[in-house]
Amino acid sequence: MAKVDFKVPAVGEYLEIPDLQPGVMAKSAPFKAAPRHQQALGFPGELVENWEERAVAKLAELLSKYRSLRVHLDACVKCGSCADKCQYFLGTGDPKNMPVARQDLLRSIYRRHFTLAGKLFPRLVGARDLDASVLEEWYSYFHQCSQCRRCSVFCPYGIDTAEISMAAREILDEIGVGQKYCNEILGKVHTIGNNLGLPAPALANTLEGLEEDVKEDTGVDVRFPLDVQGAEVLLIPPSADFFAEPHIDGLIGYAKVFHQAGISWTLSSYASEAANFALFIGNYEQMRKVALRIRKAAIDLKVKRIVVGECGHAWRVAYSFWNTLAGPFDFLDPRYPVPQHIIEFTHELIERGAIKLDKEANDHMRVTFHDSCNVARATRMGARPGGQFVLPREVIKASCNHFFDMAPETIGEKTFCCGGGGGLLTDELLELRVKGALPRMQALREVQKEHGVTHMAAICAICKSQFSMVLPYYEFPMETIVSVHQLVSNAIQLGTNS
Amino acid sequence: MPIMTVIYALLLYGAAAVFVLGVSYRVITYARTPAPLKIPTMPAPVTRTGVAFRVAREVALFESLFKSSKWTWIFAVMFHLGLLLEVVRHLRYFIQPIWFWVVLVQPFGVYGGMVMVVGLLGLLGRRLLIARVRYISQPSDYLMLLLLLGIGLSGLAIKFLDHTDIVSLKAFVLGLLYFDWQPLPDSPLLLAHLSMVAALLIVFPFSKLLHAPGVFFSPTRNQVDDARERRHLAPWAAQLEGAGDEV
Repeated sequence: MAKVDFKVPAVGEYLEIPDLQPGVMAKSAPFKAAPRHQQALGFPGELVENWEERAVAKLAELLSKYRSLRVHLDACVKCGSCADKCQYFLGTGDPKNMPVARQDLLRSIYRRHFTLAGKLFPRLVGARDLDASVLEEWYSYFHQCSQCRRCSVFCPYGIDTAEISMAAREILDEIGVGQKYCNEILGKVHTIGNNLGLPAPALANTLEGLEEDVKEDTGVDVRFPLDVQGAEVLLIPPSADFFAEPHIDGLIGYAKVFHQAGISWTLSSYASEAANFALFIGNYEQMRKVALRIRKAAIDLKVKRIVVGECGHAWRVAYSFWNTLAGPFDFLDPRYPVPQHIIEFTHELIERGAIKLDKEANDHMRVTFHDSCNVARATRMGARPGGQFVLPREVIKASCNHFFDMAPETIGEKTFCCGGGGGLLTDELLELRVKGALPRMQALREVQKEHGVTHMAAICAICKSQFSMVLPYYEFPMETIVSVHQLVSNAIQLGTNS
Repeated sequence: MPIMTVIYALLLYGAAAVFVLGVSYRVITYARTPAPLKIPTMPAPVTRTGVAFRVAREVALFESLFKSSKWTWIFAVMFHLGLLLEVVRHLRYFIQPIWFWVVLVQPFGVYGGMVMVVGLLGLLGRRLLIARVRYISQPSDYLMLLLLLGIGLSGLAIKFLDHTDIVSLKAFVLGLLYFDWQPLPDSPLLLAHLSMVAALLIVFPFSKLLHAPGVFFSPTRNQVDDARERRHLAPWAAQLEGAGDEV
């Protein structure tokens, strides 16, 4: 475990609401984007001279484009319903990590410039002028929100802090203060096609290696096809699936499922990334540009279906936004939803007996499931509302004998973010990420004690990376986190019906 | 015509005008601002009817607040339900003859006032006692509660301590409606009550009281979960299409 200069929160018997510790996280901030990262996306390279004006003008533009922003800035009554719901507040005690207080960082400027009360009586309604200290607060605390939407579940008006923090980040980009992690990665997607900057030959090489590994492991020729024209399915996985642990075991799982189902599939070197970090910076045009690569790949490869791999925010963009951003997908087979999640795909095969699973293969594991925030609160799977909770659990239960859910207030629509979502999965935010993971670690500890749970499955690349990093801080083995399709991969009976 | 009658007649006309025009302006702004992306908080209904029920549950039962905090929910329900009863009870001043169901509500209406005040005291107590809620409270948040408490308490005082001549009051109110002004009963409590109601109407469109229309326009609550089935495209987003696209 790495040396740390902060205190890892203690996991108690219950999750306690912390006392307020003002300013304790004020120093937390991600690295700023270099001018070249900014300019590659069409943003100013550094803080522009008349940034106050530009920021207010951008806010005005966003207010006219997004009803969510306008309504959500107006409607808050400061009831405090959301105040104890954010994992970053629960983990840090910093009051500016209460969702309402985070919103107020922007709302105070909105009131000053766009409301009569704020123009006439700023102190009465908490309106303030935009100055350098506000800018610093914005940069710090809007990068302490993982846009997980947990607060929006509990808000009587559905106010979604994610919408506010996306708007704030968009304003920051507009005035030249971007975040390095997200903006550098977006540049790579636009030029190379994935977040890692993995070029086509390296990708082909990786996939060949995987074919050899699986052959060695199972004796079966499971293919990992790349750029195959006319395949039935285009699979869009998060690029972390190509190299990271435990992600790669999930990718192997997908491949085995396709193999066993006898459905031809392909990856695309042009669009080898499900992730769309433009969501995190709230930028519609960037998000659209990334989504359009996938449309182009699907057209060029003449596929009939698009299936998305295990990635939370990617599934949000795919499920909720692709049709808007890059639709209509009328060139695909209309018998299938566009897009489909790999869980939906596998679930359907299990239901109709097209693949066989030997649960005993996972008997060494006692498994729980972490609902990823974006999947849980921003998407659906299957035909019925809530299918995003049911389908993954059914796939897990079909793959292993020992499954136990965590406490009900920590799963389903009330699930906690892993602590690394929303563009925060970067090393310089480690303290925030460790502390923000507290509520999940607490829930995991409980099922560990009660049911002897040994593994936590997830369907999100960010969750998997985040947990691999933070689990050891809470004295869980790093290998506790597994991919859902890793369980499928272990259990699937290759060669039984093909 | 007594000078107080003139002043209050003008004040109430003015307040009503600010309320109606201000709220209309806000509602029109909300309705005209596009919601470019599908962002319902999931799980969400997959049909329009389902969404209507979701919004109705939010408005009538405070469903999300119930999920969050039972105490806040209880106080909020007490306040809003009490206020609703009182508003209905007060309809008798505006209509002649009085509708049957408004007559039925009258005996319960008094309790509405009491329940409303208890709810408001509970909400004020939370705001003062819970450090988290105190931290997020602005002066206007306290003033709003005090204003509503003032309205409730002055109303109860009129009912129980210093009963106003409600026949003349009704004549005054109907006179306002039909532009045939009648004298306003000369009672300090009544004047205070009416002033505070006017103040509430005036601040409504400029304050957090916009949560009332806002809840109907919140995309996280009023959107249907049908992104895969139906293409959703805002006008400004449609303009991006075609220009410089590679596909």
